[in-house]
Amino acid sequence: MTGTAPKSPDLLRSLPGHRVELGDEGPLALDCGETLEQFAIAYQTYGELNADKSNAILVCHALTGDQFASETHPLTGKPGWWEVMIGPGRPLDTERYFVICSNVLGGCLGSTGPKEVNPATGKAWGLDFPFITISDMVHAQKRLMDHLGIDRLFAVVGGSMGGMQVLEWASKFPERIGAAVPIATAPYHSAQNIAFHEVGRQAIMADPDWDEGRYQDSGKIPRRGLAVARMTAHVTYLSEQALHRKFGRRLQNRGELSYGLEADFQVESYLRYQGASFVERFDANSYLYITRAMDYFDLGADFSGVLANAFRGSPVRFCVISFTSDWLFPTPEARKIVHALNAATADVSFVEIESDKGHDAFLLNEPEFHETLNGFLNGFAEQLGLPTADLKPLPSEDGTSDAGRIS
Amino acid sequence: MKPVKRPKKDPANLTMSAQHPEAQHSRTIRPDLQLIADMIDDGSRVLDIGCGDGLLLSYLVEEKGVIGRGMELSQEGVNASVTQGLSVVQGDADSDLNTYPEGGFDYVVLSKTLQATRDPRAVLRQLVRIGSYAVVSFPNFGYWRIRLSLMFNGRMPDTPLLPEPWYETPNIHLCTIRDFVELCMACGVVIEEAYTVGAALRPRPIRSLHTANLCGQDGVFLLRKA
Repeated sequence: MTGTAPKSPDLLRSLPGHRVELGDEGPLALDCGETLEQFAIAYQTYGELNADKSNAILVCHALTGDQFASETHPLTGKPGWWEVMIGPGRPLDTERYFVICSNVLGGCLGSTGPKEVNPATGKAWGLDFPFITISDMVHAQKRLMDHLGIDRLFAVVGGSMGGMQVLEWASKFPERIGAAVPIATAPYHSAQNIAFHEVGRQAIMADPDWDEGRYQDSGKIPRRGLAVARMTAHVTYLSEQALHRKFGRRLQNRGELSYGLEADFQVESYLRYQGASFVERFDANSYLYITRAMDYFDLGADFSGVLANAFRGSPVRFCVISFTSDWLFPTPEARKIVHALNAATADVSFVEIESDKGHDAFLLNEPEFHETLNGFLNGFAEQLGLPTADLKPLPSEDGTSDAGRIS
Repeated sequence: MKPVKRPKKDPANLTMSAQHPEAQHSRTIRPDLQLIADMIDDGSRVLDIGCGDGLLLSYLVEEKGVIGRGMELSQEGVNASVTQGLSVVQGDADSDLNTYPEGGFDYVVLSKTLQATRDPRAVLRQLVRIGSYAVVSFPNFGYWRIRLSLMFNGRMPDTPLLPEPWYETPNIHLCTIRDFVELCMACGVVIEEAYTVGAALRPRPIRSLHTANLCGQDGVFLLRKA
């Protein structure tokens, strides 16, 4: 800690888990050309690090996820976003692996981001915070691994934006990781996905309470804009089948149409709830910054447009996973990664999981997905002389039936 | 990548090993797969196309220490393979082989899959492009039982190797051993070794094309680019 370190709001001070100040070993040079002298990363761990530090798995979270992957969330009181995946007898078995999940750089739950105090002004960074990229997030995570003394991660695993971080790790620091599991992700953010993000950002920026990004100074929150951004995004995380099964055209608490603009349909009511609850746990400026980081992601562009060059000679074992009904990161996007890995004759497995739950399938109880991931990690663990284990069945109701909590 | 140096094996020994796999290896697999495994050098890089549930691939990895990769069309097959720790991708031989670099593997195996591809000729060319050697096996449509079945019953064959009725078989480009040899010649593909596997699943080196075409249930070929 130094005197110039950003101060955290009281809420963040009271968050459980770890928070480490980094930057003493040198400033973090960002892709945008600016540098962060000091920055903080908040992280959570599950399980025990073994004696030779060979059993660590880094879990990378998605756009609005956070470090609380497998425990009751301190703000929402809901289960962690990957509780189905992390724990004893689960694919990321905490009896065998040491699981680390950090809040990304630019996030709003303890890691340095636009919500934090800018040491130069004593006020919240807001839009003065430098724009960050997926690569910057990964470089910050690497600093965290250095801090933890972990030279080589057993695996890096993540879905959606987390999958982008996994690809970035494999490409930039192949010697620091054993296996890479990019799930429901793409080698670059598509025009359609940038378009959806832009709708969300415009909704936030059109909210008068956004106040050109300075809303924290005046104690306001652009609730309406952020809620609309979340509602739009949320639709893209589901599938037509999932929406139909969950809601159909059923009406909400009424027998007939109102012939007005109230939430007549259950799906409307659901989206309004999703938007409203999101505002309570996420920062609008962080949303702008992190969506931008995803938009900028194009791994092949860093390698003269040849994605295979990102993986040339890679010693990393890859397992690429996609879901049939994911229209945000559809299987053809995953295949682009696989084809590039083939071209580099990398060690790659690729599985497309049959699911009608859309993009959010990676967060849910999909037994085939869990079996595949467990089998892949077991195969690698065996190779390294680490213990292996079969999955234990999940309890029938694991609090995961609510499709699409955090994507 | 230069072709791996491959000492010529004595067909007699190879056949013996195929008949008595337990004599050399702790695990046993089907004799036709054993024949393929015996063609492959220990520790080489192998791509198994249409690897099913990974039976041959896991044998090669565990018993012969190969660096093994697989490709399989069916999700069940891929999932079964990956779940047991094999490196297998879901993919289609007709469309995805062009993603692999030239000479990327020492051996490319195509076991009983050629007849299910849309364009066997293009697939054959890809095999010898990607691998220094290609091992191809397929059911021989010139086999005498199939000939008799067609002659006397007037119906498409219904054998253990070709069990599905004609309207739902995945095998859309069936051929005979003679057809295959002619295709190799037309494509400039060199046949290094050739075997048939008969009804007793005993591999025999092909000496007479006529006899092999009539008596072989399967053809198994080791190929390379000219």
